[in-house]
Amino acid sequence: MTATTPCAATPARATRRPPARLRAWATRAPLLPALVFMIVVTQLPFVATLVISFFDWNALYPKARHFTGLDNYRQVLTDADLRHSVWTTVLLTVTVVLVSLVLGLALALLLNHRFRGRGVVRTLLIAPFLVVPVAAALLWKHVLYNPEYGLLNGLLHYVGGPQPDWISRMPLLAVEASLVWQWTPFMMLILLAGLQSRDPEQIEAARVDGANDWQVFRHLTLPHLRRYLELGALLGSIYIVQNFDAVFTITSGGLGTANLPYTVYQSFYQAHENGLASAAGVLVVIGSIVIATFALRVVSSLFREEASRA
Amino acid sequence: MSDIALRVRRHRGLGFGLVAWLAGIVFFLPIAWMALTSFHSEADAAANPPSFGASLTLDGYREFFGSGGGASPWPALINSTVASLVSTLCVLLLALPAAYALSIRRVRKWTDVLFFFLSTKMLPVVAGLLPIYLFAKNTGMLDNIWLLVVLYTSMNLPIAVWMMQSFLAEVPVAVIEAAQIDGARLPTILARVVAPIALPGIAATALICFIFSWNELLFARVLTGVVAETAPVFLTGFITSQGLFLAKVCAASLVISLPVLAAGFAAQDKLVQGLSLGAVK
Repeated sequence: MTATTPCAATPARATRRPPARLRAWATRAPLLPALVFMIVVTQLPFVATLVISFFDWNALYPKARHFTGLDNYRQVLTDADLRHSVWTTVLLTVTVVLVSLVLGLALALLLNHRFRGRGVVRTLLIAPFLVVPVAAALLWKHVLYNPEYGLLNGLLHYVGGPQPDWISRMPLLAVEASLVWQWTPFMMLILLAGLQSRDPEQIEAARVDGANDWQVFRHLTLPHLRRYLELGALLGSIYIVQNFDAVFTITSGGLGTANLPYTVYQSFYQAHENGLASAAGVLVVIGSIVIATFALRVVSSLFREEASRA
Repeated sequence: MSDIALRVRRHRGLGFGLVAWLAGIVFFLPIAWMALTSFHSEADAAANPPSFGASLTLDGYREFFGSGGGASPWPALINSTVASLVSTLCVLLLALPAAYALSIRRVRKWTDVLFFFLSTKMLPVVAGLLPIYLFAKNTGMLDNIWLLVVLYTSMNLPIAVWMMQSFLAEVPVAVIEAAQIDGARLPTILARVVAPIALPGIAATALICFIFSWNELLFARVLTGVVAETAPVFLTGFITSQGLFLAKVCAASLVISLPVLAAGFAAQDKLVQGLSLGAVK
């Protein structure tokens, strides 16, 4: 071992020999501020939420606060409105993620071809993702959906079509459409990166062997994209499960569109039910953990792949 | 034969291009329409069928900036700027050393630490919202922009740590070692060797953190009131219709989205990497 030690290290060791433990701490030191900050700002509040979720606590009657065990959870899970908001969250997340994933894949496949103005089209397609979420929701609510002067009915006017009130006719679909519009570019970007990391030689070899477009897509592209599809779906789920802006802006949680984040917001901000809100919050976390477990696995497998390639 | 195949392929390329252009235009149409409407008079903006060729005016913008006696958006815009810029700066100050300890001079179990950061990103905002609200209320921190700075820093720190560790990891170890052998000390190495390679990545990270802070609504809505209100909270004032106000809404949405559009286009190349937490390059 000593024989292979480079001579550069020897004089350093001779002059001053910091103890191993001190050196380990010196390595760790740059990491600590960020680590401690994260634990204090994100983990402690969650622990507090967990504790509050076991109390019957309405902020308007602070004296009546008492421990109720799992009662809040029982209420959240049996209350029709709250149960409905769990279902809405699932429906909203699954619909938005799946539709924007399919659209994003189609757009990524298109953009993977060379054509005139590809850069411009890419920029046009990214733009919806770069509108402030509240502004995007306002745009859909007032400028597109409005039954009297919205663009959708305006365009229908030209062809003599009906003039529906989109938001009250199909509230959840209205929210979903605006979210799909914003999230499709996200999926497209991830899948485009996936497409561009394919091995061109492998595809060329398949073509030489007489594979047609569909066969190349089905047997080479799709298996390669699988992990990118998973990643897009999982990251999309993490963001959309938490969506508040669109629900708050377009329907204000009305017409059966209240999802869990909106319900949590409403139950403590408007109804002052701290205990119930916390229990609902913990349920969101449990849902997220389920998604996150898969997400972490996908990210770590991609991460290892990238690391081994480097 | 091959000539025909080539022509067929070129023809098909044209078809793909056409469909792609069409899709791009369809996706961009709402934004283009929003921009056009923002320059129309309120009467033209509310016309049905839509008036594409109506005369242009800046009234919507004047109205948005408070000429009609409405609330001025400037305090909200300034609050958002402060919250986004300061929190981004804090993120960089915390994330850079952390990323250094996770890429160049690695701590033991560095992948575990990385995944801890990632896991905090997966904890939804509502998980800690109530205790943070109660804490702010009891300490008099409600309606205080600095509370948002702290929260936005925590919101973006995991993304920044992930992105920057992947950028710093691109700095070849051999170059650093060579500089060390030449007797360069740490500050010199950081400034002369690491920074030039990692700088574009650090800039992209900052832009992405800026975007997320600028966009944030839930924390801002719950924790701020009249004083520390941010731009997205200001926008929520437009949720209920107020007579003829379409041009004003469009002007407001566009002005408030402009910094994000600019930052997003500037960071375009690294956008995917940031959004996928560094998993996709």
